[in-house]
Amino acid sequence: MIIYVVIFSILAVLLVASALFAIIQKDLLYAVIATGVISLILSVMFFILQAPDVALTEAAIGIALTTIVFVITIRNTTRNEDEKEINSK
Amino acid sequence: MDFGQYQNIVTISVYGSAIALILIGLYAVLIKKNLIKIVIGLSLADAGIHLLFVAIGYLKGGTAPIFSPSVVGENVTMVDPVPQALVLTAIVIGFAVTAVALSLVIRLYKHHNTARIDQIKSLKW
Amino acid sequence: MKNIIVIALLLVVGFYLVDSFNYIKFGDNRLGAPSDEKTVGAYYLNNTVEKTGVANVITAIIVNYRGFDTLGEVTVLFLATTGLGSILYRRRKEGEHEERVTKESSYLLQTGSKILFPFVILLGIYVFIHGHLTPGGGFQGGAIVATGFLLMLIAYKNFKLGHNQLTWVESLAGITFVSIGMWGLITGGTFLENSFIPKGTLNSLFSGGIIPIIYIAVGFKVAAELTGVLDILLSIKPSKIKK
Repeated sequence: MIIYVVIFSILAVLLVASALFAIIQKDLLYAVIATGVISLILSVMFFILQAPDVALTEAAIGIALTTIVFVITIRNTTRNEDEKEINSK
Repeated sequence: MDFGQYQNIVTISVYGSAIALILIGLYAVLIKKNLIKIVIGLSLADAGIHLLFVAIGYLKGGTAPIFSPSVVGENVTMVDPVPQALVLTAIVIGFAVTAVALSLVIRLYKHHNTARIDQIKSLKW
Repeated sequence: MKNIIVIALLLVVGFYLVDSFNYIKFGDNRLGAPSDEKTVGAYYLNNTVEKTGVANVITAIIVNYRGFDTLGEVTVLFLATTGLGSILYRRRKEGEHEERVTKESSYLLQTGSKILFPFVILLGIYVFIHGHLTPGGGFQGGAIVATGFLLMLIAYKNFKLGHNQLTWVESLAGITFVSIGMWGLITGGTFLENSFIPKGTLNSLFSGGIIPIIYIAVGFKVAAELTGVLDILLSIKPSKIKK
């Protein structure tokens, strides 16, 4: 069981780290990929916590569909959080 | 699954990361100016709440609540199925909410040519 | 200044969250002993197999015990699709025909998605047909099917989705759900009563009465709705890049 404990603690640290990355990062595309990574980690955590149904849902919806919806939005709006090009006009 | 004597480490990592996710998401919603960042913050807080719910339903030594052929008739403890069913619903609804919020962001960008809330001067659109 | 106020506020929220989870110990047995049914969860675990004949307890909760809730959830998804369509609606000018604004993608992506597409659809359908036996079900399977269609929508510029067919699939699935529920109301006395189809043997494909039928209907409905959402979002015309 020690292996699961080690995996779980590493995943928890990675989860918080990628959440901070998603907030701090100015390039929105990187931030969106970080949210996809968060969904992936959460899916593994749900599986270790004996919730395979929730893990499958998070894998199908959180990783694929939410990320692609964000990416489509960024394609139609702007990629830079501060919108430097527009403000400097 | 039983984590044995390392229960404390798992407790701290699961509750700690879930509460950290909720707080980081709320921070993004309150501080950030970019609308896409705000929606990202909302989805982070959502994810933290899902993890918290599943963690509440977990019990020591439990297996997944599925009566597969290897489990039927045996004396096994199972984890609480109710929070899992609620979270499954919440994930799907969360996707719908995110999609509608992002479509509003696209519409605002088309109209004002900016996605920052401090740049949007008029309230009418 | 605003930063300091927000961080102080979040510290207060975090303190009370941590404080309340001191009392909810991780991994405690809150279900009680298996014999006494003090909590809902214990009741479901003890009674699911004999009352519904389904192996997966979560499926039984979602489709049968809380089936009305699932009907509402599917309705919320439908409303989200409709709302998305009406928010992003734009009037088409004369002579402007509908097409997605994607560039022609590379051969690698085109060939890869053409080979993968049937297998992804097959996996999705497998997941929602076996929802009562293994982890998975209508929502997960529907999302996987939508991912398969997304692959084709990205790879092929001219891949057309029949909007009429999508509407038909969605409406028929919804009608199936409601009419099975109403039939239960007529024969058994409650909405979604699971008594008019034999339960079958546990852990076989034809078991659980109405539960697999409803979950398959939910799978088709969710797949149609999510594909509709992706199609609407992919057909937005990008605004002119301002310099």
